[in-house]
Amino acid sequence: MLRKLLIGTALATSFAFSAHAADVKEVQMLHWWTSGGEAAALNVLKQDLAKEGYAWKDVPVAGGGGDAAMTALKAMVAAGNYPTASQMLGYTVLDYAAAGVMGDLTETAKKEGWDKSVPAALQKFSVYDGKWVAAPVNVHSVNWLWINKAVMDKIGGTEPKTFDDFVALLDKAKAAGVTPLALGGQNWQEATMFDSVVLSTGGPEFYKKAMNDLDDASLKSDTMKKSFDNLAKLVTYVDPNFSGRDWNLATAMVIKGDALVQVMGDWAKGEFHAANKTPGTDFLCYRFPGTDGSVIYNSDMFGMFNVPDDRKAAQIALATATLSKSFQSAFNVVKGSVPARTDVPDTDFDACGKKGIADLKKANEGGTLFGSLAQGYGAPPAVANAYKDVVSKFVHGQIKTSDEAVTELVKAIDDAK
Amino acid sequence: MSTVATSQIKLTPEHARPRASVRSRLQEALPKIVLAPSFAITVVFVYGFILWTIYLSFTNSKTFPSYAITGGRAYQRLWNWTFDTDPPSSWYTSITNMGIFGFLYIAICLALGLFLAILLDQKIRGEGVLRPIYLYPMALSFIVTGVAWKWFLDPGLGLEQTLHQWGWTSFHFDWIKNKDFVIYTVVIAGVWQASGFIMAMFLAGLRGIDGEIMKAAQIDGATTFQLYRRIVIPLLRPIFLSAFIVLAHLAIKSYDLVVALTSGGPGGSAWLPSNFMYEYTFKRNEMAVGSASAVIMLMTIVAIIVPYLYSELREKSR
Repeated sequence: MLRKLLIGTALATSFAFSAHAADVKEVQMLHWWTSGGEAAALNVLKQDLAKEGYAWKDVPVAGGGGDAAMTALKAMVAAGNYPTASQMLGYTVLDYAAAGVMGDLTETAKKEGWDKSVPAALQKFSVYDGKWVAAPVNVHSVNWLWINKAVMDKIGGTEPKTFDDFVALLDKAKAAGVTPLALGGQNWQEATMFDSVVLSTGGPEFYKKAMNDLDDASLKSDTMKKSFDNLAKLVTYVDPNFSGRDWNLATAMVIKGDALVQVMGDWAKGEFHAANKTPGTDFLCYRFPGTDGSVIYNSDMFGMFNVPDDRKAAQIALATATLSKSFQSAFNVVKGSVPARTDVPDTDFDACGKKGIADLKKANEGGTLFGSLAQGYGAPPAVANAYKDVVSKFVHGQIKTSDEAVTELVKAIDDAK
Repeated sequence: MSTVATSQIKLTPEHARPRASVRSRLQEALPKIVLAPSFAITVVFVYGFILWTIYLSFTNSKTFPSYAITGGRAYQRLWNWTFDTDPPSSWYTSITNMGIFGFLYIAICLALGLFLAILLDQKIRGEGVLRPIYLYPMALSFIVTGVAWKWFLDPGLGLEQTLHQWGWTSFHFDWIKNKDFVIYTVVIAGVWQASGFIMAMFLAGLRGIDGEIMKAAQIDGATTFQLYRRIVIPLLRPIFLSAFIVLAHLAIKSYDLVVALTSGGPGGSAWLPSNFMYEYTFKRNEMAVGSASAVIMLMTIVAIIVPYLYSELREKSR
């Protein structure tokens, strides 16, 4: 890992030299959307910018993952070489904004009407101290069930509306000899599922208090205890080999019909599409039982850095293109997420996407759009990871009872705050 | 300086003399000049950053370094976590894993390495083929070793699955999925990788033992076991020490093996202190805690290396 850091630093330095020669008609972009579907989705943006005469230049990242990119970004910013923009998640944007290295897009935002079209919950991360510092690209939501339709038909299941329905459905699958729940036993996957469980058990008010406001009384409450009980219940339905499995392998179990259902964010849809499956006929997407009407989100953002004046025009062009309706639609159709503005027509989206867009709109208006704690949109990384630790230790048995889990959760979050 | 002074006083007609002294002085200084850049780089990038890390561990640095000293809160938290045993805190897991992994890894590598070396030293045919076979795993990176063993030990893919297909359906080996045993799979993979190298070290040591001593012992009627127990192994003492140092530092810096093999293990149960350090510094934005854990790792290494250097230097000066 240290080597990665060094490579990142080396790249940042080489970038520093090339930056001098850089044309002002160029967008320098740090991102880790390099895999097939994501790269294709990003191509749309490249072409949009090319039409306006702006060249696109990727800032290379060794390793390809988000961690490596963030390490590279840290090195670049420390060296004073800001990219035009960087793909960023949640609190990272605010951290960099607090460090005073982000640009100011407020004028563009006003002109384009972002204040009205981008959900208020998202603006918590894209606006810092009254200034627009990032352009949200998409909204993912995590409280989804992904179900194999053939298996569902075989066991005669129907859409579960409550948590008890869900357990009954899982029982049916178990009786039919199918793995009921496909879960990858990595801490972020377990915690992502637990986000939905908490929302389902405690309702929207409770989720907000416990998982976004980190209210002590809510974290200690019996409702939280009940949530852990419900999580323990769900874990009894996974196969014995789940520990350490990657999320896409768990999705593959559902695609192949080895498992009935996966609880996962809407990026799982990309896997179904890649396997040429159609929503409605091959697979089903339902909201996690008991969470209909609420959306737990996370979102990719393009953080805009405080670049020299001769590069600002390119930055504004990038931000405008990113939040343009045409790109929002084209990109999110491919990515599986929904547009980051609520006024984009849903005509090109599949059934799940249409539902996602409608749900987002409803949640935004009803005030039930919440940040996912597991995905780092509920609280800063230190707290989010402390939370993931506790959930994962509970799932794997280091923490044995729900009582203990609640005590540990409060302790861990207090310690990390 | 003194040579300059003398050459100025001795203003003799011989003009060659001062020139020769410049050259000889240059020759004297050349090694120092050549070594200077690498020395400077080491001083700054190793020792400088060690000091920087120690400094950071006393601040409250989060995402970015902050330079205001705020006291030892990071150490305090680590200290508290050291006694969080039920449920185990990540730090407690890391250091107990370090103990288990370090002890077993070093002990098994030494024992296995010595055993293999003794077997290979029996003047067997095909030694030239066998030796590289055992040595080869050392040429792989920890990432490759980790991924290969991850697949091999996965109950759904590797050993267990294969034996089930061959008909031994009661066979059960799921350590890699088990929070209490996952650290032992790290030991298995680590031993597989390093024991061949340790074997090569011992083999070199065995080849260095004077044959006369062995013959003398045999004439005195020593059995093979006695020969090794009383003569060979005591003679290999310096090799044991070097092998121990090599293994100890490999054990303490293992990071990639844990990540590639277990991605941290169920509920973080396979973490080593290095995983803890990376996780806290770069993923959780708690740079102060990460630095403090790095300092503690450094102290552990110092505690091993310093007595070794001390004994080495003392022996040399004797």
